[in-house]
Amino acid sequence: MLESLDATLLARLQFAFTVSFHFIFPSFSIGLASYLAVLEALWLWTGRHVYIDLFRYWLKIFALVFGMGVVSGIVMSYQFGTNWSVFSDKAGPVIGPLMAYEVLTAFFLEAGFLGVMLFGMNRVGRGLHFVATLAVAVGTFISAFWILSANSWMHTPAGFATSDAGQFVPVDWLAIIFNPSFPYRLVHTVLAAYLTTALVVGAVGAWHLLRERANEGVRTMFSMAMGMITVVAPLQILAGDQHGLNTLEHQPVKVMAMEGHFRSYPDGAPLVLLGWPDQAAGEMRYAIEIPKASSLILKHALDAPLQGLDSVERKDWPPVAIVFWSFRIMVGMGLLMLALAAFSLLARLKRRLFDWKLLHLCALAMGPAGFVAVIAGWVTTEVGRQPFTVHGLLRTADSVSPLQAPAVAASLAAFVVVYFIVFGAGVYYILRLMSQSPHRGEAGPERDQPVRAAGITPAPAIADPVAPKGGI
Amino acid sequence: MPAFDLPTVWAFIIAFAIFAYVVMDGFDLGIGILFPTLPAGRERDSAMNSIAPVWDGNETWLVLGGGGLLAAFPLAYATILSALYAPIVAMLLALIFRGVAFEFRWRDPRHRAAWDAAFSLGSVVAALAQGITLGALLQGIAVDSRVYVGGWFDWLTPFSVLVGVSLACGYALLGATWLIMKSEGTLQDRCYRLAFGLAIGTIVAIAAVSAATPLLSDLYWKRWFAWPQVLFTAQVPLLVAIATAVLFASLARRHHVTPFLATLIVFTLSLAGLGVSLFPYVVPPDISIWDAAAPSASLAFMLPGVLVLVPIILAYTAWSYWVFRGKTGHEGYH
Repeated sequence: MLESLDATLLARLQFAFTVSFHFIFPSFSIGLASYLAVLEALWLWTGRHVYIDLFRYWLKIFALVFGMGVVSGIVMSYQFGTNWSVFSDKAGPVIGPLMAYEVLTAFFLEAGFLGVMLFGMNRVGRGLHFVATLAVAVGTFISAFWILSANSWMHTPAGFATSDAGQFVPVDWLAIIFNPSFPYRLVHTVLAAYLTTALVVGAVGAWHLLRERANEGVRTMFSMAMGMITVVAPLQILAGDQHGLNTLEHQPVKVMAMEGHFRSYPDGAPLVLLGWPDQAAGEMRYAIEIPKASSLILKHALDAPLQGLDSVERKDWPPVAIVFWSFRIMVGMGLLMLALAAFSLLARLKRRLFDWKLLHLCALAMGPAGFVAVIAGWVTTEVGRQPFTVHGLLRTADSVSPLQAPAVAASLAAFVVVYFIVFGAGVYYILRLMSQSPHRGEAGPERDQPVRAAGITPAPAIADPVAPKGGI
Repeated sequence: MPAFDLPTVWAFIIAFAIFAYVVMDGFDLGIGILFPTLPAGRERDSAMNSIAPVWDGNETWLVLGGGGLLAAFPLAYATILSALYAPIVAMLLALIFRGVAFEFRWRDPRHRAAWDAAFSLGSVVAALAQGITLGALLQGIAVDSRVYVGGWFDWLTPFSVLVGVSLACGYALLGATWLIMKSEGTLQDRCYRLAFGLAIGTIVAIAAVSAATPLLSDLYWKRWFAWPQVLFTAQVPLLVAIATAVLFASLARRHHVTPFLATLIVFTLSLAGLGVSLFPYVVPPDISIWDAAAPSASLAFMLPGVLVLVPIILAYTAWSYWVFRGKTGHEGYH
């Protein structure tokens, strides 16, 4: 018994590790693909050189991010079977087709046009190249649509029956795809991707503004990023609030854990700002609370009753401390983003967007905030669904493959080592690209390759009307 | 059996995805396998450039194979992947190394040799793991009450290793003939020489696997040698022999495109032979496609998507290959 429990825990750790690592890349590439499409459209529309320079600058980074997203994503499509074979057998008839549609409508679209987007500008011309960029951008969004639909179904299952073999059998596909939490999760996650990208672009812009204030490309990217954050950060907080209310309706136990409500409050629940959740004792220690504020947020009434974990059997409790803290990290990041949005708006109105050093330092510091918030939010929702894989219906312990702990431990160790080597190197290369500022006549991925192919053939670089900058 | 049987239709769809994956990622994995035989510099850069714009799409067929299997035959997906845990994980890790090498080797000239090694080693391990997976599937997977009940190293046998080495050899041949088509000069000369040896190796490997498979079980024996279907099954080796003759003749005459096409036909026939052995089993010896199939509500829901989208996908994939047609330089795409 203990052995199977260990294998389950290890399988969960492995899945959490690989999916968290993977999630970082699409949450950046969804936003970056759209940003690239906007840059190329602005270039085609205005003809201004700065937009194509920025396009090429970010395209090199996109190529790295996208490649890492692809290879870490292939792992995910097989982990369901290697680690969660019983879940795959039972839920495959419902979530399998959603993922198959993701591959058919999104992955092929992205991969099919990526080659042209990266290397094909001079082969297909501007118009078709823009079509390729758009196809990649739309593909990233379609991908998010399907995978979040499948994920949401595991939180709020709908439109199914159960067969004799214990399988979930689809009955109503529209109800499955547009299950109750899906629209909220989709909006919240896509906005998160846009925010994450804007924060990274803003931080890169800020870094270079601190050193070369006159660079037109740097000013343009910083201004665009801050504008995006100013619009999206408040929207995201609204969307998050709506997502939370939806969760309260369909997964109240998750909200109890997020709020740290171990006991029920019949006449108004407090908002626990900070505290130490003691799962064993079933109480919140050292709580700093605002009386009745939780009822106000969740029920829009000070005295509205809210049930706590004491109304739920202990075997159905998620790990409260993880959910409680990851939720606070996410919300904290969201509030900091809102503050940055307000600061940049103030700077813009005072016409000091490009010379207010404190703003640039703040934007630089907030560069990774999107990733932290995305992972924290992901942990909140996924750990909050525990101890189930399909909420209320299939327990995690009953979903796992017939694995022995040593096999899972060995592969977990292999994944950790490989991911840190490979993605560590990738992040280093990305940071190195970011540390160079964009320049007029910026080289794209198809141009700097020959130059970097070690000076064997410098001729094309000289002959080119838009000469690349040379080696690293 | 009704004329229009959803599990059968889906078996052919998954088989098509696997076929598309094997031939398309086959040649770019093959180039990875051949990489150590190419001198650093122009030849490696050319070889890499010939696949850089398309490898990503090629690998997507592997995701479709996995996703499609989960969706259409969830029981097969669940049992195969838990039975073949070690080779599958090895393949995934290997694909990570080779996938990132495409970008990383250009970004880091000082460590290019290291990323080239990662590209090559990743390709070799992925090819071996895929072949071992296939071999282990052919020799059968122990399943009881919908769950894998075999041991951790059931997949490792002389037969599965033979299939692994065979597939790696075949991929290398695909890679060499692809490069013959896409390159000129010294690289092309080298690939003609490599392809000749690899063609011999591949034919020997196909013969060995074909001879060993019917000995694995009575079922396969009857499939191939029972009267009267031997009349049909005997066509497969016959056609392989013809395709091989075309392959050798075209290599000797230094044709540019024919060697690759002939190799594709050899691969197609080998996969058809595999189908003869396996059908209608998806996890031999016990689980047929009807046992493993998802409910018809799932199969029917995906069918229009496949029928409409796969032709569109093939069209824009073909367009992408067309855009990057012709000989590739070592300088990247201008």
